[in-house]
Amino acid sequence: MSELIDFISFKDPGVLTILIGALAVSFASAIIGTFTYLRKKALVGDAVSHSVLPGICFAFILSGEKDPLLLILGAFLSGWISVFFIDFIVSRSKIKADSAISITLSLFFAFGAVLLSFIQNSDNANQSGINHFLFGKAAAITDADLKLFIGVLIIVGIITLLFFKKFTTICFNEDYAKSIGWNVKWIDFVMSSLTVLVIASGIQTVGVVLMAALLITPPGAAGFWTHSIRKLIFLGLIFATISTVLGTFVSYVRPNMPTGPWIIFFLSIIAILSVLFSPKGILRRLVLNRENKSKIRNENLLKTAYYLTYERELPDFSRSEIVSKRSYETLELEKGLKSLKNKGFLLENSGRFYLSESGKTEAKRIVRLHRLWELYLTNKMNFKSDHIHGIAETIEHIITPEIEAKLLAELDYPDKDPHDSVIP
Amino acid sequence: MNEWIFDIWTIITASTVACTSAILGSFLVLRKKAMVGDAISHSVLPGIVLAYIVSESRASWVMLIGAAVFGVLTNIIIEFLNKKAKMNADASIGITFTWLFAIGVILLAYFTEGGIDLDQECVLFGEISMINLDKVLVDGNLYLGPYAFWFIFPVFIIVLAFVVFGFKGLKITSFNEDYAASLGIRNGFWNYALMSLVSLSTVMSFESVGAILVVGFLVIPPASAYLLTKRLIPMIVLGCVFGILSSIIGFYFAKSFNLSISGCIVCATGIIFLVNLIYSIIRDRSRKNISIAQ
Repeated sequence: MSELIDFISFKDPGVLTILIGALAVSFASAIIGTFTYLRKKALVGDAVSHSVLPGICFAFILSGEKDPLLLILGAFLSGWISVFFIDFIVSRSKIKADSAISITLSLFFAFGAVLLSFIQNSDNANQSGINHFLFGKAAAITDADLKLFIGVLIIVGIITLLFFKKFTTICFNEDYAKSIGWNVKWIDFVMSSLTVLVIASGIQTVGVVLMAALLITPPGAAGFWTHSIRKLIFLGLIFATISTVLGTFVSYVRPNMPTGPWIIFFLSIIAILSVLFSPKGILRRLVLNRENKSKIRNENLLKTAYYLTYERELPDFSRSEIVSKRSYETLELEKGLKSLKNKGFLLENSGRFYLSESGKTEAKRIVRLHRLWELYLTNKMNFKSDHIHGIAETIEHIITPEIEAKLLAELDYPDKDPHDSVIP
Repeated sequence: MNEWIFDIWTIITASTVACTSAILGSFLVLRKKAMVGDAISHSVLPGIVLAYIVSESRASWVMLIGAAVFGVLTNIIIEFLNKKAKMNADASIGITFTWLFAIGVILLAYFTEGGIDLDQECVLFGEISMINLDKVLVDGNLYLGPYAFWFIFPVFIIVLAFVVFGFKGLKITSFNEDYAASLGIRNGFWNYALMSLVSLSTVMSFESVGAILVVGFLVIPPASAYLLTKRLIPMIVLGCVFGILSSIIGFYFAKSFNLSISGCIVCATGIIFLVNLIYSIIRDRSRKNISIAQ
């Protein structure tokens, strides 16, 4: 508990540096990541993260020292060349984007590994630590790093604001942007450059793989909650904040724990929760599916009851009489009968069932929709009368009262369906 | 013992990995799943760490099983996110492997607090130059190649057998899933079978020769072959040829300049790819010119 208080009150000023630095990197990634995610180019971020290695090594070989700005410049250049290389392969050959990304990633990374082995052989005294550049160590953020990250965040923020409309348009409809005369290549160039800039500056804090996660996971998780691009960015920023604070806290309490991976861990947890529990998530969809299924079953059962009540003119009916009209699995039948009884549509008297007043109205409504639709198909769409039953079976469950009114008007308030049955 | 024997065995081992990867990679390229190899090579980290904790040794079968389990798990999660949760294919891959990799690094940090000797660079950068340290010797002097080769060779046989016997199913599901479904061929089965083999061979190979080499071999040679041919069998064969060729070129280049062998071999596949790319661009342009002239 005291650790929590220490953490919140920034008793150790180092924590504040790490926290603000990590927040700046994850904010910049979340913003630009939203656009790459929407353009279905999420994995380009992964490729660029790997592809900065040769640039870093070159900068080191040429300068012979670990000047952070020079390394970032090298990273930026080689990251940018990799983006160009991916685009070149995709536009000039039949190779698809996924292969092009994968080729670029492994090729650049392997070239980096070759350069790395060259550095190690040349026995440069200053070489130690260049490996760590790739795996990230957020705990070592210096004040200079902090300024850099904040600077990058400001650049990303301002350019995104200036280009917001253009970025949004090419995310959703590149062809439209072209047709109104925008220079899509230029907009694309700006967007890619921002992505590469974020990666090149952040790579030493979070490492190669985790850099990709910072770009992909926040918009990926936010995508389950909203479709609006502003809300996507906003939610992405919130998710990034929560996980960065938690991740930094864990590595504050347990200094041996790496900050970057913990941030990604929490970010992924948020993504998993979104996949499961959000309005567009899996559980919600399962529930809707079930509700829909039981609605259809109940309505079919009501139709059967209508047939038995009005056309066979039975005062009441048993389970076997229901099944003789329309086959139901035993379990489904029981569920349906129970549900209809609970709703007050169906009444039971020692094993025999009959429709209540409200049940009669509801049953009539469904049969009416079914027969109206059949009539519509034959009269207006020129279907043959033996082809229409199946279609009507599907549509009857989803016709709203408004559509029903329109159908009635369109068909001139009919009283018989194509099979000469009365429309109730 | 002559040093050149070691060199030959290194090239043979690299070539075996190249052929295994080219066979599987051809299908990955056709199915637009090229990034799966990269994803698996990262996401098996937790499996390797856990298996190491259980078995307390590197290069053991337990470790491989651990990694293979996580390889298959990666595929299941990716498919789940993509098909069931309706997430973009690339985002599903990105989220899955970064998440598993993060867990792997955390586990590594947790257990290294207790002082075990396993670092992430070692796990991810197995180096092919090290394979001759573990030799297979019969009667103390008959040299039968490095241990790594006998590790990888069975995988090559399994992959070859799978592709030969399952060729029809693999081919049809790779080119046209709807058509395959209409013939009653189960897409899901072939997908998971292929992905499981990719996991197995990735894990088996990079334990000995390094992740960079496997991921490179999986995509670059098949993609180079894909530029030259439209037919599946020539594509696979050409992919194998390119892989073997780059193993030879890359190995000798690395040896003469004392550089990373895995890195140089992948760079050699890259050069072959670039040559093919330029060739295909020139070829397509001249074809276009001919058709315009006609």
